[in-house]
This record gives sequence, structure tokens and C-alpha cells, in this order.
Amino acid sequence: MAEQIVAGPTAAAFAAATEAARDAGPTALPAFAHAADAGPMLEAEELARHFDVSRPLLQRLFAGEARRILRAVDGVSFSIPKGTTLSLVGESGCGKSTVARLVVGLYPPTRGRVIFDGQDLAQARADSAQRRRMQMIFQDPYASLNPRWRVQDIIAEPIRAFGLVTDRGAQRDRVAQLLTQVGLSPLDGEKFPHEFSGGQRQRISIARALSSNPEFLVCDEPTSALDVSVQAQILNLMKALQRDLGLTYLFISHNLAVVRQISDRIGVMYLGRIAELAPAETLFTAPRHPYTRALMEAIPDLDMTGRKRIPVGGEVPSPISPPPGCPFHPRCPLANERCRAEVPALLPARGTPESVVACHAVEEGRDHIEAPLAVAAALS
Amino acid sequence: MAAQSALARAFDSDLWWSFKRSPVTVVSAIVALACILGAVLAPWIAPHNPFDLASLNLIDAFKPPAWTGDGDATYPLGTDDQGRDVLSAIMYGARVSLLVGICAVLFATILGIAIGLVAGYVGGTVDSVLMRIADIQLTFPSILIALLIDGIVRAALPREVHDRVALFVVIFAIGISAWPAFARTVRGSTLVERNKEYVLAARVIGVSPLRIMASHVLPNVLGPVLVIATLGLGGAILTEATLSFLGVGVPPTQPSLGTLIRIGNDFLFSGEWWITIFPGVALIAMVLSVNLLGDWLRDALNPKLR
Amino acid sequence: MMPALLEVEDLRVEFPTRRGLLTALDGISFAIDPGEVLGVVGESGAGKSMTGAAIIGLLEPPGRIAAGQVRLAGRRIDTLPYEEMRKIRGREIGAIFQDPLTTLNPLYRIGDQLIETMQTHLGVNAAEARRRAIEWLELVGIPAAAQRVDSYPHEFSGGMRQRVVIALALCAEPKLIVADEPTTALDVSIQAQVITLLKRLAREKGTAMMLVTHDMGVIAEAADRVAVMYAGRIAEIGPVREVVRHPKHPYSVGLMASIPPLDRRVERLAQIEGAMPRLSAIPPGCPFNPRCPYAFGRCRTERPELLETGATRAACWLYDAASERHVAGARAHG
Repeated sequence: MAEQIVAGPTAAAFAAATEAARDAGPTALPAFAHAADAGPMLEAEELARHFDVSRPLLQRLFAGEARRILRAVDGVSFSIPKGTTLSLVGESGCGKSTVARLVVGLYPPTRGRVIFDGQDLAQARADSAQRRRMQMIFQDPYASLNPRWRVQDIIAEPIRAFGLVTDRGAQRDRVAQLLTQVGLSPLDGEKFPHEFSGGQRQRISIARALSSNPEFLVCDEPTSALDVSVQAQILNLMKALQRDLGLTYLFISHNLAVVRQISDRIGVMYLGRIAELAPAETLFTAPRHPYTRALMEAIPDLDMTGRKRIPVGGEVPSPISPPPGCPFHPRCPLANERCRAEVPALLPARGTPESVVACHAVEEGRDHIEAPLAVAAALS
Repeated sequence: MAAQSALARAFDSDLWWSFKRSPVTVVSAIVALACILGAVLAPWIAPHNPFDLASLNLIDAFKPPAWTGDGDATYPLGTDDQGRDVLSAIMYGARVSLLVGICAVLFATILGIAIGLVAGYVGGTVDSVLMRIADIQLTFPSILIALLIDGIVRAALPREVHDRVALFVVIFAIGISAWPAFARTVRGSTLVERNKEYVLAARVIGVSPLRIMASHVLPNVLGPVLVIATLGLGGAILTEATLSFLGVGVPPTQPSLGTLIRIGNDFLFSGEWWITIFPGVALIAMVLSVNLLGDWLRDALNPKLR
Repeated sequence: MMPALLEVEDLRVEFPTRRGLLTALDGISFAIDPGEVLGVVGESGAGKSMTGAAIIGLLEPPGRIAAGQVRLAGRRIDTLPYEEMRKIRGREIGAIFQDPLTTLNPLYRIGDQLIETMQTHLGVNAAEARRRAIEWLELVGIPAAAQRVDSYPHEFSGGMRQRVVIALALCAEPKLIVADEPTTALDVSIQAQVITLLKRLAREKGTAMMLVTHDMGVIAEAADRVAVMYAGRIAEIGPVREVVRHPKHPYSVGLMASIPPLDRRVERLAQIEGAMPRLSAIPPGCPFNPRCPYAFGRCRTERPELLETGATRAACWLYDAASERHVAGARAHG
């Protein structure tokens, strides 16, 4: 037996192994040229969605209560150029998932509108040729596949709904091709969802979403329910698909590190509004809004540099009775009278004009970019 | 080949496994199966035909069960006042009871599923209205509804027409009072399924609500429906027996177990106990075994108890 | 040297199922010193939560400890009858779970729950217990503790509830805390607050803590040592700094490499191919071998024990000089 001395396992070796197993490129898929188009894939204009969470009328009358309106999304505007990824990040209850559902038309907006490739969303949704162009990927791989359907039927549902391929044999071929494209075996089509792990199920969801040849994918926390090594697989797959098919993504996540890997631009949401919207690199190198900075401070330090993690004090207020003025002011060390009274508008920030920030302090230049943000000190 | 593999899958399932491990359930299943087979196959396996007037002989009336002193081996459970074989009458009676029970439950299930699906999926005002109707329905005991409907039909239709439709009236009366239980359960499950992401995925691509309800929601809410249907079957058979016992149920030309108990009841205190006790025992065996099966099904389908 | 507070030795947990016996945990050994935080990390299904449940005697039936020992301060606790174990759970071991609502009784005021716990386990009188309850609530950072002590759990937000749970777990002054995903249900800004709190309290009170989580960031932040679990076994155990920065087991290496970095964008994340095997299909030899880019002959047949790698111990044949393929400097293994 020849003895072999090797170097210890390294991350680079895993990266190399990853390269070797690189997902196969598109196989005989129609090539979309839309990445070259300049116009935005999607625009949201002053989008708002309020939910009536009042108790039933009778109970309300007896208790003498007023209606309770939850402002899940309250005036959000953004646009996503074709072939790029916009991510929305924020903590639970900030309205990011509601935006995702508004954008695919699962909820009608209370106010504002969504424009899909130059056309009002309501009109686009009425036309199946337009509807085909947008798809959605969900968070929970255990709830996003009908447990009583075979995988091939799940993936073929959009194909059948849009009548894209009518011949049964051709449908089977298309499903097999999609399964291969997301890194599964064509034989997996015969199985039921419960026979798969979480990561494999998420691949099936992606295959279903791709089956109608969409151009725009709304991804609602697609990796949040997955283990970290599987998350890497799915993120790599999504990036490869974007590159190969020229897809446009709206990516929803609460994980800043994940968002950094996939986004071209990032919007940070807080209580139904966008606090800061900036190119990905700018957001991470020069975060401007006090909330963005606090979020970054709060992330555990994996490199063990000994940096003290500074927690944000306080908690997110209820979106039923949001504070007046800037919604972040009760937790903000920079808040003053104006912040407590006046809602800040999204304006280009001084110093980093490519970011738009909704903060009076940034607008007035009282945010001291260089000084560490002593949020904890101010609040604890 | 395909059928065989489906059968193999069934025997390999968790349901079959939990069934085998519960002796009470196995016994219940055997009793229920015996009742059903006895009822369904009555015309072929019953020792006598209690409705064949030619074969009846009043000399054979009031024969006690075979194992007692005066018994006659041709009438294992004795005979009634007309000289009819009690065992055969029970088998024929169980046939009517079972028919009415199953049809009533089917009617209630279909109505309940349809209403529950619509209420749960559409929501809002439609949901409120349908569920208030269910609430109102639940405030009336099923016997009362059955008596009411029977009364109306009796008053509205001539005697001979009434006798012909009496069976359907009973089925309708029992079924109509049972649907709210199904509707509520289906509505509850639908509310859960409706917000699951696979339903949202179908909505995103514009699948119609009717299609989503039928192909996505319905298959996933059937588990609890099966449990209620099984438990409801016992209840429906009992309700029918009660109605027939009160004389407003099935027509006397098609006596059910309830009718037999009522007829026998007249002789209970004059010593001919077997005429009413044996139909009663048959009724209890049937209802109890079905209910025990329903209980097992409920536990077996409940993931929390596994 | 002080003896370890918790010693787990060769623990094996089995689940009899109708398809045969599943071994959910196999050969788990570790120890925790007083005041030390041991992080247990791994993917879902790796057995990390089950390790915690086995230690506190709350394995879900039909799971059972089939072999090995659990010792608390030198006393064997895995063989104790349920009632005795229940007393130990309140008094000597505190448990914190992911969902605070499963721990708090919604029908009792939080103060009463704290008071009852302290009266039962510490034998203090009601007035003293109440005074301490308020103290504890202040300690875990609940504002206006004197008023909120009489509130019901539903009157608190998620983050505040988890603080109450922490107070409840700590108020009987247990020697050991088993915390299973204590911050997973919380938002990142609240997470930081809770972790900081847990760590501080463990230090101050000299409580040993087993911190079970899937979040490497939480481990890096709060733990002194970390055990990386894979398919019901410990793949690597050692000081957290070493495991995070210089992991030795190929699985730990892959796990660390697949965490997306916050400070830069990488074109393609390193990923471990495939998925963790199901309990019913754990491959022979090293359970990681089908996914391991370093696997060689011995890995497929012989199961590795934890071997010294320098700063950590890893269950990997690369660190045995007797293997046909090994890392330079690997020790000879008996």
C-alpha cells in the first residue's frame, strides 16, 4: 500500500469540487434576449397594502372598538432592470413578503401600482401570455409542493395551465429536462414530494417555476428554511440560472449575507417602508440609514475578530399603530424632534448619491458616517 | 400489475401497520364486515325470506331461539308474531338500515364538502353566511328536522306516493342534518391549505379557484372527512332506527332494524324477548364496530398521536 | 483540576420503528465544565436536538438510550426514574427551547411561574420568591419588571418572552442549561440581545451550558467549544475559534466554507454536494464518505473515532498515520 501524504482539507478544495460539479448549462432552451433590453422588468409605484385586522363587526360594536388597520406595506417604490436582482431585506413584519405577493398579483394593492414590462399588472395578469412570464419560489419546501401529487405533475402544472406543450410525451420530456436543469434525475419525476430532502424539494419548486419559461422570478425567502450547506447549493443554482437564462429576480430575505451574494441592488425595509435602497456594494461598504447600520452591527461575527457585537435596542413596533414620523425613531440614537413628527422621504444620500435613504439625519448631515453607531449605548 | 402494486402499497402503509397493532380495531373490523356482508348478501344467505307471505305459517309464530327448550333449529333466533324468522328479518332489516345510513352520510358528505370548500376558499361574506346557516342548522336536533320533513311530505303527498318516497325522505332528513359537521371540518382544513404555498403557486399561474379547490385542496382535506363520515355512519344508522322506532322512518314494507325493534317491543313484557333483543343487539354491534373503526381512523390519521 | 459538570460517554439513542431499529445517535462523548458554553452545531436531522433531549431525559418515545452514560456532577442521570429526573430537570438542569410559548403556561402570570419554580426548588418563602422574580426579570432586561411581573405571557413580544423563559430556566440556579435553538425564532436584532444575555449569565453564575443551534454565527458568538454533528455522530469537537477558523474534519471545512460571507461577494459559494443521509440509510464506514472529496478506501469500510488533530479532535481517517492517505503530522492511532 503506497502511503500518500496530503495537505489538510481546505475550503479551496471544496470550491474546486463545487466547480467540477457545476450545474449543466441550459439544454436546448429558447434563448431570451431580454437581458439586453434596457427597460425595467418591473416597477412598483407608491405601493401600499393594508389589512383589516378588526374583530368581527358584532364584537367590535359591543366592545366599542375602532377598526384596526395593519399597514403591512405603506408606500414602497422601486424598479428592477431586466436581468438583475433586487433584494428586499428586513426583519419579520417589515412587509417584504407582502411586497412579493403584491408584485405577482396574489393581493391587489390598496394604493399605488405595479408595472410589469411597461404594462399595468392587472392587465398583465389578465393575459395568460403575460402571466406566464412571471413565477414565484416560496420559503417552505414542505408546504410548497402538493403532497398528493407526483413530482412530474407538480412541475408540469404550469405547462398544462398555459397550454405550452400539449403532447403528453413532449410534456414528459420537458419535465425530465427541467429536472436535469435543477440538478435532479429525470427518474425523480415518478416520486412523491415526501421522498425528498428540503434542498431537493426547493429544486423541484424551482423546476416548477421555470417550466413556463418565465423571465421574472419572485423568490420569497427561498433559502431560509434550508441548512447552510444546502443553502449554498440553491444560491449557486439560482445564480447559474440567472446567468444562463437571463432571469430577473426579486429576492426577499432576512439574511444580509445571503442577499449580498445574489443582489445587484438591495432595499432595506422597516415597518412597511423602504429605509434605504442602494447598490449592493454601496450598501455594505457605506450603509447610511441608522437601521441598516444597526442591522449590520447585529450580525454575529464569524471571523472571530473579537469585534463586539452591538445589539440594536428595543423591538419593532406594531404595524397596526406605527409611531408617528420616522418609524425607526423610537430605536434610533439620532432621532430628534423632526424625526418624531415628520415622515422622511427617500432621497439620494450625501456622499453616496447612488443610495437613496429615508432619514432626516442623513439628509441634514448629522449621521457622522465614520463614528461607530452607539445604538446600544443610547438605548440600554 | 398496477393494481397489485397499489395493493402492496396499501399493505405496506402506516395505516395498515397501526391497524394490525390494535386488537380492538381488528375485532371491530371483523364485526363490521360480518354485519355488512350479512346485510348485503341477505337475499342469498338468509335462511328464510321474511317477506315471502307464502312461506309464512302462523303455527311457527313466537318460537323461541333454537338453544332454548322449545326452540326449533330452523329458526336459530326464534320467530315473531307472524312466524317470520328473526335472524332473516335482522339480515334484511340491516340491509335497509345500512342503505339509509350510507346514503344519508354520502349526501351529507357531498353537501358538506361542497359548502365547506367554498366557505373556506372564498372566505369573507360568503363564508360568514354559509357558516351562520350551518350554526342555525346545528341548533335543530336531527330527529326534529326529520320529523318536520316527514310531516310536510306526509301532508303534501298522497299515501301511496309517500310510501314510495319515504326511504328518500329519511335519507334526505338525516343527511341534511349532518352536513354542518362536514362543512365545518372541510372549511377548517381548507383555511389551512388555502394559505399553503402550493396553492399560492397555483394561484400565481392563474389556475381557476374551482380547479384549485378540486385538484389541490380537496385531496388534502379528505382525511378528516373520512373520519367524520365513519363516525357519522354509526350516528345515521341510529337516527334512522330512532325514526323507524317512532314510526316515521322507513315504510313498513321495508322494515329496518328500528322497525323490528318497535314491533318486538310490543312483546317484550309478554315474554317473547327475542323478537326485540336480537335486532337491538345487531344494531348495537353494527354501530359500535363502525364507531370504533372511526375512532381508530381518527387516531391513525392524526400525526400528533403517532 | 475540577471535574467536568456534565459528562456524556458513548451515548447511543435508538428508535425502534416498523422498518427496523434506527440508530439516531451513536457514540456521542463530550464533557462540559462549570461556566463553560459548549455549542452543538449541525444540519437538521444531525441529532443535535436529540442529544439535548437525551441528556434532559425528554426523548420522544419510542426513542431510548440504548448505550452509554450521562453523568451530572459525577452522578449517573440517564438511568433515573422519570419522577426523579423531573426534579433534576427543574433544580439542576434548566431547559430553554426554541418556542417560548411551549415553556410558558399561558394561563399563569409570568411572576407566578417564576415564584412557583423557586419555591419548589429553592424552598424560599413567597415574599422572597417574588422579590427574586422581579430581580430576575430585571436581570434579563425586562423594562419595568416590578409591574410586568404580574403580566401574562401573551402580553409580551417574542423577544421578551424568550427573556422570560431564560429567567425561568435560570431562576432555580441550575448547574446546567440545555438551550435548544434559543434564538432561532427571533429576529436578528433581538437575537444579539438574547445571546449576549445568555452568555453573560452563564459566565456570572458559573452555569455550564449546552447551546444547540444550526446557526454558526450564534456559536461563534457565544460558545467556548463547539461540537459539529453529522448523521448522529460528532464529526469534530474543539475550541470554537479553532473549529471556525481552522476546521479539520472535511465536513466542518465544507460547512464553514458554505456560509455566505457578509464582507464580500463571491461568484460561487463552496457547497457540499448531495445531502445528509437519512437515518435508515447511513453508509458504512464514515457517514460522510459519499460526499467527501477526500474519501479513500478505509473511509468506506471502517468507522473513524475522534482522533487528535492538534487543537481539535476530528472523526476522520486523514488524521491517522496508519491510513494509506493522511495529513502530514497525523498521529499514529492505536
